[in-house]
Amino acid sequence: MSEGYSPVMPANAYNWAAVWHRNFLAWRKVAVASVLGNLADPMTNLFGLGFGLGIIVGRVDGTPYIAFLAAGMVATSAMTAATFETLYAVFARMDTQRTWDAILSTQLTLGDIVLGELVWAASKAVLAGTAIWTVAAILGYAEWPSIVYSVPAIALTGVVFASLAMIVISLAPSYDYFVFYQTLVMTPMVFLCGAVFPLDQLPSTLQHVASVLPLAHSVELIRPAMLGRPAGSIALHVSALCVYAVLPFFLSTAIFRRRLMR
Amino acid sequence: MTMSTLAINLAGVRKAFGGKIVVDELSFSVARGECFGLLGPNGAGKSTITRMILGMVSPDEGEITVLGQPVPTRARLARVRIGVVPQFDNLELNFTVRENLLVFGRYFNKSAREIEALTPSLLEFARLESKAEVRVAELSGGMKRRLTLARALINDPHLLIMDEPTTGLDPHARHLIWERLRVLLARGKTILMTTHFMEEAERLCSRLCVLEQGRKIAEGKPQELIDAHIGCDVVEIYGGNPRDLCAQVGPYVRHMEVSGETLFCYSSDPEQVRAQLRGRAGLRLLQRPPNLEDVFLRVTGRELEN
Ligand SMILES: Nc1ncnc2c1ncn2[C@@H]1O[C@H](COP(=O)(O)OP(=O)(O)O)[C@@H](O)[C@H]1O
Ligand SMILES: [Mg+2]
Repeated sequence: MSEGYSPVMPANAYNWAAVWHRNFLAWRKVAVASVLGNLADPMTNLFGLGFGLGIIVGRVDGTPYIAFLAAGMVATSAMTAATFETLYAVFARMDTQRTWDAILSTQLTLGDIVLGELVWAASKAVLAGTAIWTVAAILGYAEWPSIVYSVPAIALTGVVFASLAMIVISLAPSYDYFVFYQTLVMTPMVFLCGAVFPLDQLPSTLQHVASVLPLAHSVELIRPAMLGRPAGSIALHVSALCVYAVLPFFLSTAIFRRRLMR
Repeated sequence: MTMSTLAINLAGVRKAFGGKIVVDELSFSVARGECFGLLGPNGAGKSTITRMILGMVSPDEGEITVLGQPVPTRARLARVRIGVVPQFDNLELNFTVRENLLVFGRYFNKSAREIEALTPSLLEFARLESKAEVRVAELSGGMKRRLTLARALINDPHLLIMDEPTTGLDPHARHLIWERLRVLLARGKTILMTTHFMEEAERLCSRLCVLEQGRKIAEGKPQELIDAHIGCDVVEIYGGNPRDLCAQVGPYVRHMEVSGETLFCYSSDPEQVRAQLRGRAGLRLLQRPPNLEDVFLRVTGRELEN
């Protein structure tokens, strides 16, 4: 058996699945409540803003406002599901519940655990994002065949935001710090990234800021797919999201190592 | 001893946390098939040593080899054949006993089918046959500890690392664990255990290392340590002023230790000690064979707290 140069990197291509399985088993026990919890917020936003504001706004970019908003809500719900899973549930397993400590005494490495948690959080993002997507499609705001493009984009969004939140929990001494991330990073991102109104409504400096934010790239992938429009610069958006997924993975694993295994 | 017969070898291991030295120039080795104890009070560095052996903490200096693998660089390969009972239970409280074994077996790349096949014998070993479908949160402390032990056996380990396996258990639960550990030793497993409980060390360990503030202060077989450091009966005297008593019995003992309100007299002629104190009101005397507690008191000047 050959061993990587670092004892904390993932040991192989499948060890992470044991962590995913553990989380799946725990989730199955509370699945109904968990699904409702993940869907209530984006549904409320979709219908509340979509119908309410839709009356005032009318059409955006040539589509009804609610159709425009639907893609934003799909991306946002994926972001929120992955972020909250990581901030609260993963933090508990890493810190208070000592789940990671138990796993670290098996043949899994820290990297295997972080990877398993990322894939798990992304799975919850897929569930949440796809559910909103389906509601939108039933209402006629998404083209059914485009699910083939939308789901991978939702999954990538989930991995990105789980990975970013992983940095937050690797640094945070306690739960109390997460609210800063929510209010200072996530909420502004929703408004800056074209989820609820078109980016060209922003002053041009903010447009430049927005163009590098991960949620903007997700929206740029998901919205054209849902509205059945040709998407531009797919390679650019996917590459940007991959960078946002991979770099935080290595960074947070390194920080976790210092925190948990010094 | 050659390397292949060694389960664990530490050479010159040091570890400091933020400038505070927690493990200092520690060397010892554990042969395959033996039960080796790390005996020391709280804060002696026992947990840190077990975590270094598992590759969960990196030493600042020194070499560690476990089951032939250099640690921490290749600790993962050693952990494939190690079972761990940590100091604090980290079971899945919302899972049933059976689900705990399932989840843990998966961490060793076992299939659900393999784990199901192993589960009955593990539950029987842990005396938890009737608890398979019970949530762990509903188990007693002793049952949780036995489940942790069963969980540690899921990968059929050569080596078991147990950090204070019976701390906090009542005597009945503790004896049950000891009996289970003896069964594992009879099956040829190697055990490294930490304890601050000298009776546990004396009953189970073939050899042990006494630690104080991260340093090794004695090492050997329990009886040899007792013979070498004490080698005579002990009379414990309570209920008087230890200073006055020292003067009175001093000439008749090899040495004495005062700990709290108790005077420990080590004497090859305990009858003389008793005769000296006969007639003094309010004194209570207890004569007994020496144990590891006395060794600890002798080499450190302090009692091992429980
Ligand atoms: N991660 C850590 N950071 C800082 N200090 C630590 C850490 N782990 C242990 N220590 C300190 O190291 C000393 C030894 O601890 P430990 O190994 O837990 O001893 P024991 O298990 O014998 O009670 C204690 O003083 C403890 O406070
Ligand atoms: Mg300890």
